[in-house]
Amino acid sequence: MPQPDPPARAPDPAAPAPGELDLDEAPLLLPCAVVSVGGARAFRRRLLELGVLPGVPIRKTRVAPLGDPLEIEVRGASLSLRRAEARCVRVRPAAAR
Amino acid sequence: MKPSGVPLVALVGNPNTGKTSLFNALTGQRAQVGNYPGITVDRREGRLLGDGPPVRILDVPGTLSLSARSPEEMIALEATLGLGGNERPDLVVLVADATRAVGTLYLPLQVRELSVPAVLALNLADEAGAAAPDPASAGAALGLPCVAVSARTGQGLPELVLALRAALAAPPPAPLAPAFPPEVVAAEDLVLPALPDDWRRGGPADRALARWALLSLDADDELRGVPPGLRAAVDAARAAAGVDLDLPIVRARYALLDAAAAGWAPPPPRTLTARVDAVLLHPVAGLAVFLAVMATVFQALFAWSDPLIGLIEDAVAAVGAAAAGALPPGLATDLLVEGLIGGVGNVVVFLPQIALLFTFIGLLEASGYMARAAWLMDRLMRAVGLNGRAFVPMLSGFACAVPAILATRTMERRRDRILTMMVIPLMTCSARLPVYTLIIGALFPPEALPPGLQGWPVQAGLMVAMYLFSVLMALAAAAVLGRTVLKGPKVPLLMELPPYRMPQLRSLAQLVRMRSAAFLREAGTVILAFTVLMWGLLTFPRLDPPAAGFANDGEVAAFEAARLEHSAAGRVGKAIEPVIRPLGFDWKIGVGLIGAFAAREVFISTMGLVYGIGEDVDEESPALRERMAAHVHADGRPVYTPLMGLSLLVFFALAAQCMSTLAVLKRETAGYGWPAFLFVWMTSLAWVSSFVLYQGGRLLGFG
Repeated sequence: MPQPDPPARAPDPAAPAPGELDLDEAPLLLPCAVVSVGGARAFRRRLLELGVLPGVPIRKTRVAPLGDPLEIEVRGASLSLRRAEARCVRVRPAAAR
Repeated sequence: MKPSGVPLVALVGNPNTGKTSLFNALTGQRAQVGNYPGITVDRREGRLLGDGPPVRILDVPGTLSLSARSPEEMIALEATLGLGGNERPDLVVLVADATRAVGTLYLPLQVRELSVPAVLALNLADEAGAAAPDPASAGAALGLPCVAVSARTGQGLPELVLALRAALAAPPPAPLAPAFPPEVVAAEDLVLPALPDDWRRGGPADRALARWALLSLDADDELRGVPPGLRAAVDAARAAAGVDLDLPIVRARYALLDAAAAGWAPPPPRTLTARVDAVLLHPVAGLAVFLAVMATVFQALFAWSDPLIGLIEDAVAAVGAAAAGALPPGLATDLLVEGLIGGVGNVVVFLPQIALLFTFIGLLEASGYMARAAWLMDRLMRAVGLNGRAFVPMLSGFACAVPAILATRTMERRRDRILTMMVIPLMTCSARLPVYTLIIGALFPPEALPPGLQGWPVQAGLMVAMYLFSVLMALAAAAVLGRTVLKGPKVPLLMELPPYRMPQLRSLAQLVRMRSAAFLREAGTVILAFTVLMWGLLTFPRLDPPAAGFANDGEVAAFEAARLEHSAAGRVGKAIEPVIRPLGFDWKIGVGLIGAFAAREVFISTMGLVYGIGEDVDEESPALRERMAAHVHADGRPVYTPLMGLSLLVFFALAAQCMSTLAVLKRETAGYGWPAFLFVWMTSLAWVSSFVLYQGGRLLGFG
């Protein structure tokens, strides 16, 4: 498991950069890093407080049998997130090393 | 000093960090259970085991953060600081999970910013093994004494007790806060003057409270008792900042934690949990296991509890008979036997199902499976505006609404809880079964079926139809109520899927004991009072037996029928006849419906009384079925037609006829508003549905 990088200090980019995608579209098990977190304020705050911050490694690990919700792995924890909510998390595939 | 003079230590930590196991290990599971002021969240307090001056330990409900949107979420802050009628703790033990320290140190850091005396416990040290952070390093990050412990194995517990006792005697720790960026500090400056006086601690703690307000308060939060001035100041500060403040506040905290964790081992991979999840969350195998687990829970509530319920009923009957035999006949004896002893019986009879249900809920929660069950079912439940956590309570509703309503305590959000509680009583509970059996048996006997239906299992089919009907109505009701009365902001299903763990029997036993005792104490008293009230309605005004006595049993039964008709319940039954007439019911059924309010199955014994057979009848009684089938209106038409039977079935399926449900709902929602709403909406729905069915059927030429 990769070591969590220190959170990036750069502000969220206004325009999505190429290669970025929403967490719900991320391929299963592909290691990614958080780019930005959006969504309703209460939801976003809770996600941030769980440590889902720009720069933090994250990956989608499972999809529920009925297609929703998703299982997300971040900071050593497994979180359940609905698809519509995962859409609020912008990620970038981690550089292949 | 405390009124009791005994210092109070609060355990604060995330869910799934083993905080409750730690509480049990420190106190030897002897806890006093109560409620936090104003809300129905358990407040558990115990005494620290071992030698030395006495110390009280408080188990604060697990939470991810001090930030709050609802009164339930605000307990963590209130219990930590002694706000809102809570006692102020002398020390906080911050519980973190050594297997993923950084994520679970966020809440401890938030508490630390409040400058309260605290020690840090890195729990689950045995599970983390070599991946556990060095306690000295974790303690240094937060500027607190830190001990690695395992509540399960007992490792580190003596050291934690030593650290805790030392901290109680030590001066409060030096202030500590992450380096917040200037826009956050500027916003704090604007909020500081608006802090209520009873919140103020002086110094850095006030800044921490200002940050709490900046992060928590919002236009759509459900917090109560927040001074309007503070809300206004937060709005102004956020507007003045012009940029998002949530991210900078949270990021500064994680920057401190991530910097401290730079030398720690990464969280260990959850190998075992991943392997188990490969099966339990599998699209096919996972759903099969889920169905099997739920079938077991259902079977247990439905069938396994039956012998115990029978034993309790027999015991209550025996006690009642003994009391009746030992005392002179009279009103006081009747009150004791039928009102009080019967009422205690009405309460105790729920215990087997409550104990069984909470045994399962405890096992499912402690093992980590409950979150998976909610995860598997969320898509389905969401379609009607419920969340995955509503599944187990709704399923339990098939056995009995009372334990099912108690089971909604596993749901975090008040709106979701209330919505679930409002539809659970529609599920076909076991008390409806004898009533359905009686009605179906009396009105749809196989020999009376029309030729086209001869040989078909119509009775079984009707029973299955009643179950399906209740499920459809409950889901439809959830969809409607969730979009109208209980309309609320969409809430994300942000839930942790914790690692699988072996449930601890002692904690399980404690949970079951605690829930059962809470039910007896809180709902039991209301049910008992209602039972005595119902007895009074069925007894007064009294009709004295004839001085000449009775010549035979037939006269006794006839007198009992007359006495019931004379009673308040009988009069009410007659008085409501104009209202229930359009549903096809006469006053005798009206009396039965009044009796059924005590508990649905009481309908049967009440009908036994009304029809002059005596109250010792059951749903299989041929005499009662015959009397019902032979009962005719004044104009000679039979009262009990198949159409009226269907109308009565629908009425029983939908009406809120259970005082115990209303009593437990009053307890769980802390008021009469929701029980009153439930009673009105379910009974209206029942009336309208039966009306449409009966009158529609008559228009079409049936009945």
